[in-house]
Amino acid sequence: MLGTAASLPARAVNPLWKWLQKTIGVKRLPWAFLAPNMASVLFFSLLPVFINIYYSVTGSDNLFLDERPFVGGSNYATLLACENYLDPATCSRDLFWRALGNLIMFVPLQVMFMMGVALITAIALNGKIRARGFFRGVFFFPVMLSPVVVALTWQWILQRNGILNGILGVFGLERFTWLADPHWAFFWTIFVTVWAHSGFFMIILLAGLQSIPQDVYEAAKMDRASPWRVFTRITVPMLRPVLLVVFILAVIRSVQTFDEIYVLTGGGPGSATMLLVQYIYETGFAAQPRNYGLAAAASLLLGAALLVFTLVQMKLSGDRK
Amino acid sequence: MNCLTRRFAALTLTAASISLAGGAQAQEITVQALDQYLQPVIDAFEAENPGTKVNLEVVSYQSIAESLPVQLASGGGPDISVVTDLGGLSKYYLDLTPYVDQAYFEKQFGMVLDWMRGKDADPNGIYGLPDSITVTGGFVNKTLFEQAGIDLPGGDATWAEWGAAAHAVAETANTDFPFEMDRSGHRFAAMAISYGAELVDDEGMPVIDEGLRNAIAQFVEWHRDGTMPLDLWGAVGGATMRDNFTDFVNATAVLYYGGSWQLRRLDEEVGDFFDWEVIDSPCGAAACSAMPGGGALAGFKHTHEPELVGKFLNFAARDENLRTMISSAVNIPTAQSMIESGIEYRGVSDKVQSALDTFINQIPKMAPAAYRFQGWPFQRAMMNSLTTRISQVINNEMDIDTALERIDQDVRLAISAARN
Repeated sequence: MLGTAASLPARAVNPLWKWLQKTIGVKRLPWAFLAPNMASVLFFSLLPVFINIYYSVTGSDNLFLDERPFVGGSNYATLLACENYLDPATCSRDLFWRALGNLIMFVPLQVMFMMGVALITAIALNGKIRARGFFRGVFFFPVMLSPVVVALTWQWILQRNGILNGILGVFGLERFTWLADPHWAFFWTIFVTVWAHSGFFMIILLAGLQSIPQDVYEAAKMDRASPWRVFTRITVPMLRPVLLVVFILAVIRSVQTFDEIYVLTGGGPGSATMLLVQYIYETGFAAQPRNYGLAAAASLLLGAALLVFTLVQMKLSGDRK
Repeated sequence: MNCLTRRFAALTLTAASISLAGGAQAQEITVQALDQYLQPVIDAFEAENPGTKVNLEVVSYQSIAESLPVQLASGGGPDISVVTDLGGLSKYYLDLTPYVDQAYFEKQFGMVLDWMRGKDADPNGIYGLPDSITVTGGFVNKTLFEQAGIDLPGGDATWAEWGAAAHAVAETANTDFPFEMDRSGHRFAAMAISYGAELVDDEGMPVIDEGLRNAIAQFVEWHRDGTMPLDLWGAVGGATMRDNFTDFVNATAVLYYGGSWQLRRLDEEVGDFFDWEVIDSPCGAAACSAMPGGGALAGFKHTHEPELVGKFLNFAARDENLRTMISSAVNIPTAQSMIESGIEYRGVSDKVQSALDTFINQIPKMAPAAYRFQGWPFQRAMMNSLTTRISQVINNEMDIDTALERIDQDVRLAISAARN
């Protein structure tokens, strides 16, 4: 039998709690609880954004803020100066535009393949197949590997004396320098990143698939609906919220891609696989002297593009509701 | 006083006594290096100077090249570190003049002290201990030449002759790679300077000339005709430094252009597997010049123990200590006394000793442009641009003339960023 409120034992009130209530008032108390989190967000997220903005409008290779002279928008002007925006070769910082162009090609292709592979494997591994747990582990395993390990492993596979050429040799085919051809190198960057990360998205989609009530499928079965109709009329609509989350996460991950490609190709051949994050890294951290201002400006432009994308995405998902 | 209060008081007292003891205890500094070769010298220094403590931190080359500059820019980092970008980091160096034997340093290291003096530095200041020099150079697989029945080109052979010979040997001996060069602007600079490139003028501004153009043209041509594989300069992008020295170690490359620092690895991994030697620097139209490089131990301005930093570097500069360091690291010394008397490397084969002699023989042949380029604070900006732009030419992203314009722009932008 449940006890009534009156019968519950009285709990001692914490003196600190009492003091807080008295000092700042009950209505303002939630702010006191939020304050530590807000402070950390302010310090670790917002403050760096403002520092980045400051760096982007200042020059020199000094890190200290007070030793950086104000240069206005010259870093942005340097990055954006172009005779023809469709031809990176005519731009003052051609590598920035090549990296941006690569990113614009890379993100849609990679996200499309990533979601496709993740969805197919999730559906396959949601069915009643033999050794289902083992295969789930196999597909998830690459997610646990360090990006550097992933890149080095694929480098060994793809190099001239690598495993892939060894297999081709068995069939009497010519060896090919996979990473020295711009188109193949671009393909492999997408392939390797999809291989490395699709397991993560597969797990999310698998959870989404398992949350769809089975009786809906049973009803469809009784109606003799075809598998394709079941997929398009039941699975996809009911999975839409999860797909949206996966899509946003995949886009963010795709735009941030750096480590695997940096180790695998260094952005090459030429600049065929250089993405914007690598350009920012090389400008701000690998170049000597370090051009922090230019790197900060490039990162803010990337941030602005992502913000626009997110707003469009929010608008579209809002409209759908 | 309850139990909790007593515990708190005891803890406070303990902490205070530890901190006081620490304050009165050893003077302590941290030295960053690439391997353990400094440890015997550190041990000897601590034995000679009781109450001092020198911590050795062994780090990777990547850390020295990429993390150290950022640490220094933020006012942190070790008290002393091995540096390889001698001119580029000059603004962080501690002037050691008050703490070291200035005349001794000038006499021993006069040839390279200038590399560490920044633009506004005291021209007589001592900004570090430039203990070793590296020399770029070519390693050739003699066994493959013998198998192909082709004679090794002579001591004054040109780059073009070496390229052609390596190509012929690879074809005859059915070897994967005729000729490879580290993907590094520094290694390419040796070839460019031999072709007549100045790279930098006396005012510290980049020079884009016919020599550089001809060297790039030859280099690209080698990638087109298969003398050089696309695996390094062709396949990799950006300013990434990469080497495929493993190809030479595995006897799949006829000729490899790297440098003296690769000797120890060659000795350890190849042994008698095949016969190899270091060749004289190939010649271009203007010179037969290798590129000097090297390391120095620099103390930094931010240190809280400048006197101890100076004292340690002065100690390490002593002839007997330098010999210990140079010998165990298998480096080429910069110290005049060692160049004159020679140095006995412990535990290396006759082949390595002979290779070191060849490297040392290249030093007098180095063009003045090579020394000027090595001491230039914006050397790395030029080297990064060279690797990036040459790779783009190899991949048909731009022609040679556009690449030359871009190299000039890249370096000028770097200079203006640093001078802002």
